[in-house]
Order: sequence, then C-alpha cells, then structure tokens
Amino acid sequence: MVAIRTPAELEERRRLLSEQKDPNQLTVTVCGGTGCRAYGSERVHEALHEEIKAQATQNRVNLRMTGCHGFCERGPLVVIQPKEIFYHGVKVEDVPQIVSKTVVEGEIIDSLLYVDPSTGQKIAHEREVPFYKKQRRLLLDMNGQIDPTSIADYIASGGYGSLSKVLSQMAPEEVIDEVTRAKLRGRGGAGFLAGLKWRLTREAPGETKYLVCNADEGDPGAYMDRSIMEGNPHRVLEGMIVGGYAIGAHRGFVYIRNEYPLAVKHLRTAIAQARECGLLGKDILGSGFDFDVEIRLGAGAFVCGEETALMASIEGRTGEPRPRPPYPAQQGLWGKPTNINNVKTWANIPLIIEKGADWYLQIGTEGSKGTAIFSVVGKINNTGLVEVAMGATLRQIIFDIGGGIPKGKEFKAVQIGGPSGGCIPKEHIDTPIDYESLTQLGAMMGSGGMVICDGDTCMVDLARYFMTFVQEESCGKCMPCRVGTKAMLETLTGITKGEGQKGDIDYLFELAGEIKSSSLCGLGQTAPNPVLSTLRYFRDEYEAHIYDKRCPAKVCHDLIIYEVVADLCTGCMVCARNCPTSAITGEKGTVHTIDQGLCVRCGLCKQLCKFDAVSVS
Amino acid sequence: MIHLTIDNQEIGVEEGTTILEVARERGIFIPTLCYHEALEPYAACRLCVVEVEGKRGSRLVASCAYPCEEGAVIHTNSEMVRRSRRITVELLMASGEHLPLVRALAIELGVAEPRFRLPPDDCILCGLCVRACREIVGVAAISLVNRGMEKRVGSPFEIASNVCIECGTCVLVCPTGALKLEDIVKEEKAVHRWGSPLDHRPCHICGDHNLEAHFSVDYRSFIGEQASGEGQSEG
Amino acid sequence: MADFSVKAVDDILNGHKEGAEVSLIPILGEIQKRYRYLPREALILVSEWLGVPLSQVYGIATFYNAFSLKRQGKHPIHVCTGTACHVRGAAQVLDRFKRRLKIRPGETTPDWEFTLQTVNCLGACALGPITVIDDKYFGQMTASTVDKLLKEFGVERQKV
Repeated sequence: MVAIRTPAELEERRRLLSEQKDPNQLTVTVCGGTGCRAYGSERVHEALHEEIKAQATQNRVNLRMTGCHGFCERGPLVVIQPKEIFYHGVKVEDVPQIVSKTVVEGEIIDSLLYVDPSTGQKIAHEREVPFYKKQRRLLLDMNGQIDPTSIADYIASGGYGSLSKVLSQMAPEEVIDEVTRAKLRGRGGAGFLAGLKWRLTREAPGETKYLVCNADEGDPGAYMDRSIMEGNPHRVLEGMIVGGYAIGAHRGFVYIRNEYPLAVKHLRTAIAQARECGLLGKDILGSGFDFDVEIRLGAGAFVCGEETALMASIEGRTGEPRPRPPYPAQQGLWGKPTNINNVKTWANIPLIIEKGADWYLQIGTEGSKGTAIFSVVGKINNTGLVEVAMGATLRQIIFDIGGGIPKGKEFKAVQIGGPSGGCIPKEHIDTPIDYESLTQLGAMMGSGGMVICDGDTCMVDLARYFMTFVQEESCGKCMPCRVGTKAMLETLTGITKGEGQKGDIDYLFELAGEIKSSSLCGLGQTAPNPVLSTLRYFRDEYEAHIYDKRCPAKVCHDLIIYEVVADLCTGCMVCARNCPTSAITGEKGTVHTIDQGLCVRCGLCKQLCKFDAVSVS
Repeated sequence: MIHLTIDNQEIGVEEGTTILEVARERGIFIPTLCYHEALEPYAACRLCVVEVEGKRGSRLVASCAYPCEEGAVIHTNSEMVRRSRRITVELLMASGEHLPLVRALAIELGVAEPRFRLPPDDCILCGLCVRACREIVGVAAISLVNRGMEKRVGSPFEIASNVCIECGTCVLVCPTGALKLEDIVKEEKAVHRWGSPLDHRPCHICGDHNLEAHFSVDYRSFIGEQASGEGQSEG
Repeated sequence: MADFSVKAVDDILNGHKEGAEVSLIPILGEIQKRYRYLPREALILVSEWLGVPLSQVYGIATFYNAFSLKRQGKHPIHVCTGTACHVRGAAQVLDRFKRRLKIRPGETTPDWEFTLQTVNCLGACALGPITVIDDKYFGQMTASTVDKLLKEFGVERQKV
C-alpha cells in the first residue's frame, strides 16, 4: 500500500476504497476467531473458496475471513451480506448448497438458520438473533465485517479518521481533556480514570515517555481482548497512536500473551501495514509526530498482567512486582514515565474522538460510562462475547442474551472478575452492572470474564480452584501471598475432602484479611476475593462440607459416592470395561456393583452409561 | 521540606526519604527482615508495614519503600499494624519456627503456635543474598529461581557458579545463617566456582581493577566441542 | 527438533540488534520454539552475548511457564484448566490423561512421545473443556474422548 502522508490523502484513500465497495455486492463472511477455527471454520472458508470458483461466481461475490463474531457457541459462523443472512454451525458439507442456493439464487437455507429457543422461530438475519439484538456493539462491531489482516478494510470503514482529526485539529492537552471529559475508565479491571492517568504521565518530568498496551489477558475464561486483537487490531493501534500524541510518548509496546498466536499474528501484520502506510513511524500524516509500536510476548505468567511485573518482563527480568509509589506514570519502563492501559481502553479511544465525549457520556451509568464486554462462559447456552452498555443487568446478559442455563438447570451464581473477583448469586441478578455496584456486591469488574454456575457447581470447589490458580501464579516474592494463599488453599482443600474443622471458616477470614491488606501487589491483594465472596453468599455450603461432610452440589470427590441403580442397570458391562481401577464387577446381564474401596470417582461410568443407571450422592 | 505526622508527632523531613528512614532517624522501632541500608528496598517481607490514613480509610504500606508525602498521617504500631505483623510472623513460623530470629519476633508480637506448617527451612526468602551479590558485589552469581512456593535461592543449573568470587557477602547479609561460608568453598555445593581455576575479581566498589569476566577457557568453542561430540547434553 | 548447534543460537542472537536485557526474553522465546526447550549451552551463550548474568537468565528460564529446561516430548499435550473449562469438567479430562499416560503435568512419557501440561485459558471457551495437541484444538473433551484421542495417537488401552 502506498504511504499516506497527509490527512487529506487519508480521506482520499478512504473515499476511493469505499467507492470501490458496492454496498449491494454479495459478501460471504466467515468467522475466523480462534474459537470458530477450533470448530473448523478455516476448512469451511477453503471449501467456500473452491466452491465459489467451481460455480464460476467469483465476479459476483466477495469472500472474507473476519475476526471473532462473538457468538462462539454456534460456530462456525457464516454471515452473508448485505442481507445479513446468518448461518450457524456450518459444516464443509453445507458449502455447495450455500453457494448454489444462497449466493447464486438468493435463497435462504432453512436448516442452517438459528432457531430462537423461546419462540421456536427461525431467524434469518443477524441483528434479529436474540444474542446480538440486545447487545450494544461499539467495540466489537467491525469484528464481523472487516478482514483484520487488511488495513484497506479498516480505512474504508473510517479507520484512522480519529487519528487524522487529532493530529490536524487538536493539541495534545485537548485530547486529554476530551478523554477525561468522557470519563473513560480503564478496562483492565481497576477502572482508574484513563484521562487522569494520561495527564499524570504527560505532566511527569522528563522528555522520554512510553506507552503500553496490556494484552496479557490472564483471567481464565476471559477472551475479549483476544477477540479485539484478532478481529480489529488497527483500532487498538489507532488508540495507542492517539495516546502517544496526547502523552508525548514516541514508543509504544503491546505486551501480549504468547498463548494467543492468532492475535499476535494479526497484530504483527497490522503493525507492518500501518508502517507501510506511514501511519506508524516518522512524521505521521505530516504532523511532525513520530510514533512506533513493538510487540512483546508474554511468557506464561499471570502475574505479568500486573503493571510493575509487566514492565519488569519487558525490561528482561522476572515478573516480580515492585512497590508503588512510584507509579508507572512517574517512573515506569527504565525509570521513565509510562502509561499502561488495557486493550479495550485503547480500543475506546478512536470512538471517543470520532463521536465526542458528549456522545460517549450518554452511554452507561453515572459512574461508569461506555460499554463493557463480557465473555459469558460456563453453564450457559449461548457462550460468547457480549457487549452491553454499562448498567445492563445480569438477568439481561445471562437470560436475554445468554439464553439461560443449559439442560433446564437453575442459575446459581455468576463469577465475575476471575481469580480477583467474586460471585454474585441469584438474589442480585437484577443489579445493573457497573464498577461500583460490582464492588459493593463483593465482586469486581476485572477484565470482564463471566463464568456461569448452576446447581452442579460446588462453590467451595470453585473457591479452591481459584486459590490453586493463585498459588500457581504467585511470583513468590512476598510472604502473605506466597505462604498465606498456600495456607488458605490447604484449608480449602481439607474442607473439600471432608477434613474441615470448626474454626476453619474463621481462619479463612483472618488469613483473607491479612493477605488483602498486606500483599505487595494486586494479585495477592485480590486473591482472597473468591473465597470471601463465596463465604458471603454460600456459607451454608461451606458448613455442609465441614459439619455434615457433605457436598450439596455432588462435586467434591471425597464426599460423594457413585452407585449403580439396580432398577435401571441392564448389565451391559460398558462401565466395568472402562473403569480405570476395575472397581465395577458384575457379569453380562446382571446388575453391576461398584466397589467403593477402589472407586476413584472419576465419573467415567456415569458418562458412559446409556441407561442413566449410575447415581451420585 | 515535607511535613507529616508519625505516631502523633508532627515532623518535617527531606523530600525523598522513606517512612522507615524517618522512623529510624527518630528512634521509632519498625521490625524488618528484607531491608538493608546498602540495598534498594525490596518490600517483600511485609514486616515493616505501617498504617497510612487516607480519604477512603487506612491502608498498610511497606515503610521501607513508601516515600514520605506531604500531610501524611502515619501510625507505626497501631492495632491494624500489629495484627498484620502477627499473621506475617505466623506465616513465617510455618517453615521458620526453629530460627532464633523468628522466635524472637514471635515473642515480641505475641504469636504462639503457627496454625499452618511447612517443611522447616532456614531460608526465609528475604532476597538479601541475591540482591547484595548483584547490587554491591556486582557479580550476580546467584538469583531467585522458580516461582511461588517453589521459589528459592540458587545458582544456575544448581551447580557451581562460574562468577562467584567467594567474597562471603551473601553469608554476611543472611539474617538466618541459611548460607554458610563452608558451603561456599565446598566443591559440590551450589554457589561456588564452576570447575575452572578461580580467577579472583575485586569487588566493583572498593577494587580498582578493570573488570571483565575472565574465563580460562573459550566457552564458545568449549560448548561447540561438547555439542558436536555428545549431541544434546542434559542436566 | 535439531541437535544443539552454536551456529543456530548465534543466528537467533544476531537477529536482535538491540542487545542487552531488553532482548533477553524474546531471544529465549525463539530458542524455546526451535528446540522445544532451553538447552543449557544456549543459555550460557545468551548470557555471554548479551552481557547479562547467567543467574538472571536462569532465573527467567525457571520463572516463566513458557520456558522449559527439560526436553519435551514430540507431542505436547496442553489441557486447558481455565475457569470455563474447569466448570465443564476439565479436571476429569486431565485426570484421564494422567492415568492413561502415567505422567503428571510437566512430565514427559519415557518414550519421549508426549508431554502433559496444563494451560490457563486459551480463549476458546465455547468448546470447553479444550485440549490442544500439536497445535490442534480438540473441544468438548470428556474422559472417554481422551481415550479415543489417545488411540488416534497410537496409545492403546491396557487392562489395568
């Protein structure tokens, strides 16, 4: 691509590119996010490519692989524009039909349409699908439309327009003012006002300043940053360049986990393309402003999502946090003022510049403006990425958009904020979600991972799970975190094994208090949250484990037994053959029995039994 | 000049001083484990935490690293502080109950038995040895290895270090005697020289020689030979 | 996976003109990718070339999960134990792998075929529980699909 040297040239390029697009031309978009690729969407894409050629329709139709559409439960997703015909669960076998019927003849294939479970109706158009209908997709909008490896697509859709506006019409302080006015809060979890952070970094003494994009999305179950990086990396870059201009930094780093190979690949391509066009590098758009971005890969350490550990990692040291103050805005990378923001925060910037702070202020609640993106996973029908205005309720997200709990089970709780967050039970399901309300309920926005739990989830086991995670990821520098969480973990494990004792709950509270108040960094300070939160709302479950030696959700291995239901057993021997410890005896045709002494509660027999003849109690 | 209140005394201090430094100047006792005047603050042991009042309530900060701020109100021995120190020491006792240093702290703070136990360990992971070797001696023969509960002090690949100069600084700063001089000069133990004749280098603070890592063997060809001779070697 | 060669490591080192500490982790990443682990000799070379103490290089090699000092098996198996996968039963999947291969996470089978590892969230939660073998994603795993999968890789069931 030819370099773009002035705002006028950018506008000209955009005009040309969008003129080349015929809005009525058929475009087949295939979701290429990691989730859909795992479902085989690449093969679908290839098959479409071949089939379109075979049916000689190349002239009429565009084929495009896009970023993550968000409706991950139903992949592979194929959406045909301009009518937004939405096909889900597309297999390679469906491809010939899709081309011959829908592409060539404009007919809709009923069998590939999404069926709304509540009405039984088939839905043909993407925006009518309940999952999408109730969302407010500001950051994820382009994910289904552009090819993330094409800067031309981004520019044609208005990309880099905000950068152009900023460089030609706004002074750095004005940019900071606008972002401050919009009350944009950091989307990494803590929710600190972005504009304020920018101002502090700008005002810190020193010529050399740095910018960082924190893409080390470590919360297990959260993948919105991945989707944005995979599906629209240019938007993040644009936000960073604007930020660099506002703060006075000329070098930016994207710290991204190495567990996201596709996102890294697309980001690399985006950076190379932006450089080619002169949107990164020297004298951007003729403004005299220089800025460039480098990628730094994470190396498998959750703690490196913490600001000071992240910086240590970029500098080439182990990810051990250091005390703050001094804050990164004063002394960051190599001692220089550094501004660190999350992927979603950067992605919000072009939007705020384009539409203005006033527009942005209209979305969301009093204390939390804009949208929030949640990855809704776990025991939910519509697993996927949900973007809603701040203030949407859990009920809307879980039921209206998420489609409720599978197999007709009851909603029990939702865990928000990963290992630093907490759970929210049924009774608070109508709470509007924003930073404040979540903190009050004992949870945390975090990076937005939402794990839905039903009656089969043991909350004590869940708390233990998070504590195990923290123990594995703790850097080990400070004692409250390293040893304190181990003490908590051992207590929790004991409880799940039926070894809980009177006084354990008090001990957990005491340790939690100390770890929260005395740990060196955010990892330790928030590590006890899942335990505190589950104790707050599900204390009865803890007590059942401790005093009754019973796991109400029938999850904790040492507190359950698997038994064969005599009336239903047909003696088929499938379970006996597969039992890893040969704990099942019984001949063909006779009712089997499970030897409790040998059974390790792996659950395989229950899974395999076609007659539902294994019970857990 | 910065003005703040510490333990209900109003005082003025120079900018850039930490709370711990001020306390020591004034004879206010704050216990520490990982702090040393000659080293950069590490803030790992959490024993030196003090209470700082704030708009949204008080919080605990590590006094060894926290800078004095204008108008700060600090309490070095409040109930909040003592409660935290008690649990910190209790956690320390999990593996360090046998250490005189730890027992003394336990008595001072009124901690009886630890409710949680780990295998006894002389090392409390204060990091002083590693930091001294790096910051003062300038050799960095040892480092902190692994993460979380597996974290410990070690030399590369658990064998003799090729840059250790046997100065004994690590032994000197170790508060618990986990590092002993005889270990350093013993052949087999870690934190020792690597099978090649020792080339003493002077400390980079008090020595005046020109420093360059000086090996008697050209490692590049040594490794090349090993590689072609044996293929991959393993630990 | 090639035998260790000084030249190969030199090539990687020469690709990083910036030198010194800031290139350390990227360089280790490339070496890890090439050899599937960090050979000791490579770490020594890196330490010398960058002028970074070997103890720091070693500290980094042991701190980060992405690096391994032990040779890995031909087929790395990553079982996702992220929250979403956990809630959908990842623990049973991991258990099954442990039982069948008779190794624990972090270990490699004696024939150097498989290395079992857990990973915290690959970001494909809709398909949970997920296992990745040789960069191929396998979703909705259960204890029984573990058996089927291992069979495809030539691991037959033995009667316990």
